[in-house]
Amino acid sequence: MPTIHGHDAAVAEAEPDAASGKPEKTVETARADAILPRMQPILSITNLSKTYASGFEALKGIDLEIRRGEIFALLGPNGAGKTTLISIVCGLVTPSTGTVRVDGHDIIADYRAARSIIGLVPQELTTDSFETVWATVSFSRGLFGKPANPAYIEKVLKDLSLWDKRNAKIMTLSGGMKRRVLIAKALAHEPRLLFLDEPTAGVDVELRRDMWNVVRTLRDTGVTVILTTHYIEEAEEMADRIGVINRGELVLVEEKDELMRKLGRKELTLHLQVPLEALPPGLDGYALQLSEDGTELTYVYDTQGERTGITTLLQDLSGAGIRFRDLQTRQSSLEEIFVSLVRNAR
Amino acid sequence: MNLHAISAIYRFEMARAGRTLLQSIVSPVISTSLYFVVFGAAIGPRMAEIDGVSYGAFLVPGLIMLTLLTHSISNASFGIYFPRFVGTIYEVLSAPVSPMEIVVSYVGAAATKSIILGLIILATAALFVPLRVEHPFWMLAFLVLTAVTFSLLGFVIGIWADNFEKLQLVPLLIVTPLTFLGGSFYSIDMLPPFWRAVSLFNPVVYLVSGFRWSFYGISDVNIAVSVAMTLAFLVLCLAVVSWIFRTGYRLKT
Repeated sequence: MPTIHGHDAAVAEAEPDAASGKPEKTVETARADAILPRMQPILSITNLSKTYASGFEALKGIDLEIRRGEIFALLGPNGAGKTTLISIVCGLVTPSTGTVRVDGHDIIADYRAARSIIGLVPQELTTDSFETVWATVSFSRGLFGKPANPAYIEKVLKDLSLWDKRNAKIMTLSGGMKRRVLIAKALAHEPRLLFLDEPTAGVDVELRRDMWNVVRTLRDTGVTVILTTHYIEEAEEMADRIGVINRGELVLVEEKDELMRKLGRKELTLHLQVPLEALPPGLDGYALQLSEDGTELTYVYDTQGERTGITTLLQDLSGAGIRFRDLQTRQSSLEEIFVSLVRNAR
Repeated sequence: MNLHAISAIYRFEMARAGRTLLQSIVSPVISTSLYFVVFGAAIGPRMAEIDGVSYGAFLVPGLIMLTLLTHSISNASFGIYFPRFVGTIYEVLSAPVSPMEIVVSYVGAAATKSIILGLIILATAALFVPLRVEHPFWMLAFLVLTAVTFSLLGFVIGIWADNFEKLQLVPLLIVTPLTFLGGSFYSIDMLPPFWRAVSLFNPVVYLVSGFRWSFYGISDVNIAVSVAMTLAFLVLCLAVVSWIFRTGYRLKT
C-alpha cells in the first residue's frame, strides 16, 4: 500500500537542503539508535546453515543480530528459509553449522536458559482442541518452568480479548481466536523474545489490525518481536528493521525507514486547475507524464538524489502558467522494493 | 530439573484420561468382567485346579497383566503420537525441558493410569473369585515395573508410528499374541515340551509368571528370572528411548 504524505511533509522533503534530512525517522527510533548499540543483542546468529537430509539447503551461512526491544520483520517468499531459521532458534530443527545465542546463551549447550526466554507462535493453528483456553495457557506456563500465576494468565487473556472465552474449549473457537490462544500460550511464561511465524496468514483485515496492535503493545512492554511474513504491508506497518531472506540467504538487513528511503522512489502528482492538451515544450527535461484527461501531471524522483528537482519544476510550471489545485507525493511501497530485490537475486 | 514442566505434562495427560473415562476405565473393566464370566464362571468349573488354585482365581493375575500391557502401550503411544499428529508437539520440543523430563512425564502418566486400572480390575476380580495375595510387595512391584516398561514401549511406538495404522500395528500383531501365548490363561507347563521351550522366548511369560507368583506363590519360571527379565526389558526400552532423543528420530529434522 502506498504511503501518502501530507502537503507539508511533501514540501519539506522537496527541499534538498532542508535541515531535517530524514523526516521519516521518528524521535523514538532515533532515541533507540542511541541506546541500543551499546547493549548485547538479544539474539545473535553466526554462520548458520541448514541442509536437510534430502540435500535441500534451507539456510546458507546466515549472520544476524537482533536488537533488544525492536520489531524485526523477516520477509521472504515461500520456501525462502524463514520458518527453518525460527525453528532452529527455538530448538525444533538441528542446525548443520553455526551458532545461535539468545541473550548470550547458546541454544544447544545452554538450551534451558535460552529457551525459557523465547516464546514461539507457530504458523499452523496447532491447538489441543479438547482443552479449555485457560488450561492450555496455564499448561504452557508450567511447561516453560514457571510457577503458576493465575493473575498473570488473566492479564494475558484480557490483553488478547480472550478472557470471556477462558472456559471455552479451543475447538469451539474461530480461527482468529485460535491464533490469539497461540499467542497467549507463547506469552504465558513471560518471554523476552517472541517469534511470530506468519501471525496474520489467513486472518481477516480487522483481526490483522488487532494483531498488529497486540504486537505493538508487546514491544512497548519491552518484548523483542521477530515476525515472518510475506505480507509486505505488515512489515511496512510494524517493523523497525527488515531482513529479506531469499533462497536461504539474507539478502539485506536494514532499518525500515532507511530501506524505504534508500530504495524508495517518490512520485509527485500535481492536480491541475485547467486540463492540458500537451506538455509545454519548456518542461521536456523533467520526464513528466500527463494523464489522459490532461488533469494530472506525474513527476518521478529519487529521494537519494542530490537534487530532487522539485523546486525548479514548480518554478518552471508557474513560469509556463500552469496552475495546480492540489499536489500529492507517493512513496514506492516496500512490496515494490522487495520484488525488485528478490528479482535481482535470481 | 524443570519440575513445573513435568507436572504440567503429567497433569495434562491425566486430565486427558479424565475426559475419556469411558474409554480408559469403564471399557477395560467391562471387558475383563466378560473374561471372568466366560472363562471363570462358564468354563472355569470344568477345568481342573492348577497347583491347588481354582481356574477362576488362576486367571486373575494373567487378566490384570493382559490389561496392564495393552493399556500401558495404548496410553503412552497415543499420548505422544497425538501431539505429533496434530502438531502441538512443537511446544514441548521448544520448551526448556530435557528428554528425560519429557519421558518421565509422559511415561509416568501412562504408567499411573495403567496401575490405577490394574488395581480397579483387581478389585473387580475380587467380586467374582476368592483372591489371596501372598506377596503384596512383589505384586505391587511387578505392577509398577510392568506398567512403566510397557509405557516406555508404548512411547517408543508412539514416536515410531507415522500413521494411525502403525500405532495399532504393534499392539495388534505383536503384543496381543504374545500376551495370549504368554500364559495369561494357562500355565505353560500345560503345553507340549516344544511349545513350552518356544514360550520361554516370550517376555510376557516372565511377567505373568512372576505376577502370579506374587498372588499364589506358584510360578512357571523362577521368580528371580522373572524379575531379571522384566528389568532387562525395561533397560532395553530405556536404551531405545535415549537413542531416539540423541538422534532426534522422528522428532527433529
